[in-house]
Amino acid sequence: MNNHESLKPDIHKVLKKYDSKKDIIPALQDIQENFGFVSEENAESLAKKINSPLVDISGVVTFYNMFRLKPVGKYHIAICRGTACHVQNSEELLKYVEKKLKIKTGEITQDGRFSLEAVNCIGACAKAPAMMIHDKVYGQLTEKKIDAILDSMK
Amino acid sequence: MTKVKIELNGQEIMCESDEYLMDIARKHHIYIPHLCQHDRLERTANCRLCIIEIELNGKRKIMTSCNAKPVEGMKVFTHTPKLFEYRRINLELLLANHDLNCPTCPANLNCKLQKYSGDLLVKESRFNGARKMLPVDESSPSIRRDNNRCILCGKCIKMCSDIQTVHAIQQHHRGFDTVVEHSFNHTMAESSCVNCGQCVIACPTGALTERSDIQHVIDALNTEGKILIAQTAPSIRATLGECFDMPPGRNVTGKMVSALRKIGFHRVFDTDLGADITIIEEATEFVKRLKSKKNLPMITTCCPAWIKFGEQFYFDELNHMSTCRSPQAILASLIKTYYAKKLKIESKDIILVDIMPCTAKKFEILRPEFSGEADYVLTTVELSKLINQMGIDFVNLEDEDFDNPLGESTGAGAIFGHTGGVMEAALRTVADFLGHKDFKNVEYTKIRGMETCKEATVEIAGNEVNICVVHTLGEARKLMEQIKKGESKYQFIEIMACFGGCIGGGGQPKFNEEALKKRVEALIKEDEGKEIRKSHKNPTALKIYEEYLGEFGSEKAHELLHTKYYLREYK
Amino acid sequence: MKYITEIVDLKKGYDELREDRITVGMATCGISAGADKTYEKLQESLLDIMIDPVGCAGMCYAEPIVTVMKDGLLSIYGHVTEEKVPMLVQSIKNNIVCSELLLGHSLEEIDYYRKQKRILMSNCGKINPLSLHQYIANGGYGGLTRALKLSSQDVIDEVKVSGLRGRGGAGFPTGTKWEIIAQKQGKKYLVCNGDEGDPGAFMNRTIMESDPFRLIEGMTIAAYAIGSDHGIIYTRAEYPLAITTLKQAIEIAKKHDLLGKNIFGVKDFDFDIEIKKGAGAFVCGEETALIASIMGKRGNPRFRPPYPAEKGIDDLPTNINNVSTLSLVTSILGMTGKEFARIGSEKTKGTAMICLTGKIQRTGVVEVPMGITLKEIVYDIGGGFSSGKKFKAVQVGGPAGGCISEKELATALDYDSLSSIGAILGSGGIVVVDDTACMIDMAKYFMTFTKTESCGKCTPCREGTTRMYEILDKITKGLGTKRDLELLRLLAMFVKENSLCGLGQNSSNPILSTLNKFYDEYLEHVDHKRCPSHSCKNLLAYTILNNCVGCGHCARVCPVQCISGRLKERHIIDQNKCIRCGACYEACAFDAIERK
Repeated sequence: MNNHESLKPDIHKVLKKYDSKKDIIPALQDIQENFGFVSEENAESLAKKINSPLVDISGVVTFYNMFRLKPVGKYHIAICRGTACHVQNSEELLKYVEKKLKIKTGEITQDGRFSLEAVNCIGACAKAPAMMIHDKVYGQLTEKKIDAILDSMK
Repeated sequence: MTKVKIELNGQEIMCESDEYLMDIARKHHIYIPHLCQHDRLERTANCRLCIIEIELNGKRKIMTSCNAKPVEGMKVFTHTPKLFEYRRINLELLLANHDLNCPTCPANLNCKLQKYSGDLLVKESRFNGARKMLPVDESSPSIRRDNNRCILCGKCIKMCSDIQTVHAIQQHHRGFDTVVEHSFNHTMAESSCVNCGQCVIACPTGALTERSDIQHVIDALNTEGKILIAQTAPSIRATLGECFDMPPGRNVTGKMVSALRKIGFHRVFDTDLGADITIIEEATEFVKRLKSKKNLPMITTCCPAWIKFGEQFYFDELNHMSTCRSPQAILASLIKTYYAKKLKIESKDIILVDIMPCTAKKFEILRPEFSGEADYVLTTVELSKLINQMGIDFVNLEDEDFDNPLGESTGAGAIFGHTGGVMEAALRTVADFLGHKDFKNVEYTKIRGMETCKEATVEIAGNEVNICVVHTLGEARKLMEQIKKGESKYQFIEIMACFGGCIGGGGQPKFNEEALKKRVEALIKEDEGKEIRKSHKNPTALKIYEEYLGEFGSEKAHELLHTKYYLREYK
Repeated sequence: MKYITEIVDLKKGYDELREDRITVGMATCGISAGADKTYEKLQESLLDIMIDPVGCAGMCYAEPIVTVMKDGLLSIYGHVTEEKVPMLVQSIKNNIVCSELLLGHSLEEIDYYRKQKRILMSNCGKINPLSLHQYIANGGYGGLTRALKLSSQDVIDEVKVSGLRGRGGAGFPTGTKWEIIAQKQGKKYLVCNGDEGDPGAFMNRTIMESDPFRLIEGMTIAAYAIGSDHGIIYTRAEYPLAITTLKQAIEIAKKHDLLGKNIFGVKDFDFDIEIKKGAGAFVCGEETALIASIMGKRGNPRFRPPYPAEKGIDDLPTNINNVSTLSLVTSILGMTGKEFARIGSEKTKGTAMICLTGKIQRTGVVEVPMGITLKEIVYDIGGGFSSGKKFKAVQVGGPAGGCISEKELATALDYDSLSSIGAILGSGGIVVVDDTACMIDMAKYFMTFTKTESCGKCTPCREGTTRMYEILDKITKGLGTKRDLELLRLLAMFVKENSLCGLGQNSSNPILSTLNKFYDEYLEHVDHKRCPSHSCKNLLAYTILNNCVGCGHCARVCPVQCISGRLKERHIIDQNKCIRCGACYEACAFDAIERK
């Protein structure tokens, strides 16, 4: 997942198994997993492969939260803004991370290491406040805990 | 289908059970405001302005009328205080997120949002806060999009995707940030937009309008030492009157010519003549192809939106296109060559303004192969604005005639303005060419009417010819797919991008289907009233061939009256 | 028809469940509390005893959970983080109970479970989610075995008798829904809606992660009843563990002929399941939007009719049920419809899975009989509040739901009772808030959610949610007027009655219910520019009182240096500079700073 800088996968291989308009979302997910984001070029390849208007694909990409049109950092931090997390002050945590990394939500640090995003409930409500870095959930966060987690990521 | 009894605003009525309540109300002369409903488009009920109250089994509730059907015993209320309040809030919400500089809006006084706000006495929007601030897309020569005036009714998208299958636009992002855009932020000019302007016709506000060239024309009118010539397309005379509140279907040729002279044009010519010459060349070409059995079916190429569509999506099949230019381009070419020579002036001393029903014509005159010919295109709507700006009392003008020599036309030229007309005109000439005689019957009624795909087998001088007439590009796509697969059974095809043909063009005043039918009737009446109803009998056309072009389909004719097509990339 | 014993080695399953065994709860909440490390440490400890990863028992508050079955004695341990592992290992080696970590010797011994009724969750935290042996040994596939002996109509009747209503939120009778679609001819789709997007709800995830075979079995029964051969589980991409678990479980089921062709050897009973991942859109939980999403389109809901049962995926009849609903079907066929109907309240049968979160002692997933009161849930199950804090409200049903005040705590949990007090059960999230929460802020939070999740198709929701948010924002900043309150109510009613889909129609519920039940709090904000729960920052003022000793601590912690004063003298806060962060208030050791 994090190898999109070093090893560029072949888009045609990625798209091999997709052939209908119904596959737009899974195909885009696959593109994002392989390349870190959905570039226009790759979307065009998909459009050709499944014979869909490009505009429908860009409509879908911008509709769903998950898709990114720009690369993300090596570590992509998703802070949960679900109800339980809100009740446990996740808004303050989000601000804290913004301050710590000196970026705004939706941005990437200059060294490309971290990017930050606020997401809807990730379902770790009982461990609120929580965040997700790639597929791993971190619960019961405090500023100190965030420091420890982020500082350990190089 | 069954009949049901319902109560509409207290009055008992009978109606069909599968009719929509909005349409039932309309039949009973009750108009329910709506922004997203369109008779030819899927009813998605997203503007929510057409709400009504219904009462059934003692329960009262609110629902949208555009997609609700009647049930026996239903009581329907279309205009209650509660509905007024809700419709008002709906409009206020739209206004709060809308560029409210109405007087400077191209759709000023021709905007449903404005009209309904007035009707419902909306004084101000009680909501203020975030408002979209988006750049205006003026990249296209034909259409201007101002998303700050878009109310997201979605009709343009359905028109572009479902009807035209052009897929140039789609909703992007979501919620409050939803915006109608081209793929990946590309401009309209880069997109697959074919400039047909059907989205402009569908747009209830000023979000989509034609790119205005009025100022350019006014500047040109004030240039010293130039001859100013206007040519008017076949369909304008049947629609221009509507811009001045005249009933649909009124033929206003005389007033139009008079108005153009008052505006300052030195000559007013009739594109109908161009249409006649188009037919002469096209029929010659078709007879040749029919005899050699090559490149059949042949497809008409009067419609610039269709041509761009073909270039983008069916480049490998373009050998089926006629190489004939459109009537506009033919007459423009002749004005700048033949007519300039006649006047003994240089072509650059003529400024030619085309009055067209069509936004795509603005694109067509920019094609490099037509460079130096037509200078500007004004749509019907633009012409009406120019007439108003010039202070001309259009309705009370005396009729005047076109100028000579390029003002003479036949009935065949007249019917170019509606679907099936080009085919009908062509068949009249093809029959005579093939049969080497002057056939009496000139009417091919099977290909008239508003169905989007009309096919017929006609017997022409002993040949059976399978013909097909389509309008809207979705239908064109179906035919092209058949051709691509080698399955087309036709020899001759007419394609028009707009519903109804040019009378339904993107530069025409907005219409409903009733108006469209009236417009067609006006053109048919013009044809019937003409003494000469075959293009190749047009004395002026024949004179031009004799004096200048030589034979039908000659080398010179090919140089001046034919064209070529390109592979066109799009995003 | 094949017998279970032909399919798996049952003895293996029984043994695994009865013999000495250590389990670690390894569902998402467990892992986020460190259960993966606990599991590693336990494996490194070289105990001569099987260590089995299991799902979530629902006690999120006590994660990581480890159970030890030794010599027939079960011990349930909580808060077993990695540093506690050596202590636990030592006690196991010494054959004694580690009383420091012990929660009880059975679930019934633990307060949290006393009022629960576990049908759906009977396997959760008990079996290894990917062990088909354990699943079957614990009664799994009994439901399908029984169903296959009945006709499909009999299965539908059984579900009708059970009184099961859809657990997705709307509460439509499941049997009736099936009956409609069973009558359709040709290919049909069966969709399991696992797009659980309500913030504060994760019971679907719990089932998918902890007991995937229950869902697969339920879907297979449903497929048999309605005559579908194509199942789709649509779930959120934010649930990676649930997706992997389900994928693996589906593979296992296929290997044992429990999915695929001629299931259980029944001729022509073919059924397969594929998983579709969502891509981050709450609105896709709405069934027509979900279909659009499966079709590869923007997740815009559309007007119904036609209902999915008429026109769904590929315009074919499509039956959509929620994860809990389909999993309950497994239990209903496992017992009988009549038996199931005895559980729960008069109008709502069976149990409900609830996610209990917020400012209470015990949070987690619970399963309760329908009809239990909210008070029992908050106090008996949730254990009430931590010291000094008082009850303020319960938010039921997420952003589409409403809040419930203290007066209404005796309300029973079922569809009808809740709707009578302006709330909905929704997907079943319950968030309890104490008196530090501002209800206007709460409503504003939900509007932030709905406005970003609105699909943008219809005007009321697209424009209305943003305007409602803006009015609430104005109020929390002390800029609201009484006129704003009226406008807010009017707009909320407009959005409710005019929106196209359920998301829009219900989006104003949090506003309407707080306006109805906490109007005084709104008035405080509007009339006196005061936030009674000291939550709205802009309405706070910090002042230093007479008893300030001048230690200077507050001045040092102030991030904007707006506190001044000489040492040992009373300090002063410059109100114009103060950003109301509260750092001084927290720092003062002498209670000399007042917050108003």
